[in-house]
Amino acid sequence: MSQGIRLHVWGPRALFSRPEMKVERVSYDVITPSAARGIVEAIHWKPAIVWRIVRLRVLKPIRFESLRRNEVGAVASAGKAASAMRAGSTEGLALYVEEERQQRAATLLRDVAYVIEARLDLSPKGHATPEETVGKHLDMFRRRARKGQCFSRPCLGTREFAADFELLEGDTPEPDPSLLGERDLGWMVLDHHYPGLEARFFRARMRDGVIDVPALDGAEVAR
Amino acid sequence: MAPIQHRYDFVYLFDVKNGNPNGDPDAGNLPRLDPETGRGLVTDVALKRKIRNYVAMAKGETPGFDIYMQERAVLNRAHMRAYTALDLKSESKKLPKEEEKARGLTKWMCDNFFDIRTFGAVMSTEVNAGQVRGPVQFTFALSEAPIVPLEVTITRSSVTNEKDALVNDRTMGRKHIVPYGLYRAHGFVSGRLANDPKKGTGFSEEDLSLLWEALTNMFDHDRAAARGEMSARGLVVFEHESDLGNAPAHKLLDRVRVARASGGEGPPRAFSDYAVSVDEAELPAGITVHRLI
Repeated sequence: MSQGIRLHVWGPRALFSRPEMKVERVSYDVITPSAARGIVEAIHWKPAIVWRIVRLRVLKPIRFESLRRNEVGAVASAGKAASAMRAGSTEGLALYVEEERQQRAATLLRDVAYVIEARLDLSPKGHATPEETVGKHLDMFRRRARKGQCFSRPCLGTREFAADFELLEGDTPEPDPSLLGERDLGWMVLDHHYPGLEARFFRARMRDGVIDVPALDGAEVAR
Repeated sequence: MAPIQHRYDFVYLFDVKNGNPNGDPDAGNLPRLDPETGRGLVTDVALKRKIRNYVAMAKGETPGFDIYMQERAVLNRAHMRAYTALDLKSESKKLPKEEEKARGLTKWMCDNFFDIRTFGAVMSTEVNAGQVRGPVQFTFALSEAPIVPLEVTITRSSVTNEKDALVNDRTMGRKHIVPYGLYRAHGFVSGRLANDPKKGTGFSEEDLSLLWEALTNMFDHDRAAARGEMSARGLVVFEHESDLGNAPAHKLLDRVRVARASGGEGPPRAFSDYAVSVDEAELPAGITVHRLI
């Protein structure tokens, strides 16, 4: 793990939405590599570096719960905002929740804990100046994670499910016995591929609670 | 106003007496329950709604404190007021035209709307600057003890339409109440999402004290037949010296302990059945505790 870190994250609830079920959200069984990357980047990230999730370890049994909430089905309109800005008044700009209300259920994960194993590379895009080194950023990340520092509070899929985290420097915890054996979790989101922001998928297989994550341009990755 | 320069993690305690703090649309408006433990739940969005309502009421006409996600029930006022023209300096000449425009819009929305500055919002622009992550983040509130919702059947001595009046002259209704529940929510304020030159929303010290004020008073302005008596009972804020933080949040929040008061037996029915303590011994360097309630 010379270029890598291990981060232990946990929380009472999580929601890693499946893209095919986004309205009435249903979570994947486990954390996705893109959500794991988001957690790592919430602690330390700069344009000069790229985090790649190498391995995900699931530590607790996979359990679900359902929850229905009032939500709004609209986003702030940029067009309206632009005209309000020109007029210099916010009149009529607000969004009335009664008119946009949607009740949506979400199927969440309960009581989760993972170990994220990630490696750090310098960005190939050339944001990196010569004084940027992998070691420097790894040290920065480790310092921050040890002290519990973060740019913004990491979350388990959505922001209401905040994640607690610790830098893992000792032995890897054992997974729950219910996770032993091999399990095919099906096609799962791997991450977005910039610059087109298209999603890439991979066939997630969990062996004794461990999921190996392929590289974004790996042969086994589907678009 | 300058954006905040610290990170904050806080524990918020509130209780309900003979009321329904947050109904579950899936269960016929029964109080929300965690099915595994029997403890009551209040969602993060329920708390955020009350903060918005409080700010809308307290700040009324003040420019810069508009509320974007409004309830008609709360709002009944004219928005006719002129705004100080905002000085939109383009942040970087390198930004493509579209993105610069989107950033300008986003900034204007942040400057004018308290809830966008605080909780964030998604704007319908194609470019990435159209999404604001606010610095303030709430988690679900969970009751300290399992709750047992009661169903109270009530009668009404009048009817709604004429047809019913010929048949019978009263109707039955149902209310669901929690006899007593003390709820605990955790929240986080990221200093960086407020003061970062690119990603920050400009959430200021003044906004922060307004947030604490809202949490302190919001239940007093949210009375309703369904709510019963709700009150804020504790707000313990851990202030970090640095905007990235000085200690892991979970270790700080665990210092706030809620236990049954000694001699308390049977189901808790009042706040006096609980004892709240904050362990301030050997705090990590750079951490200050504020007990605001």
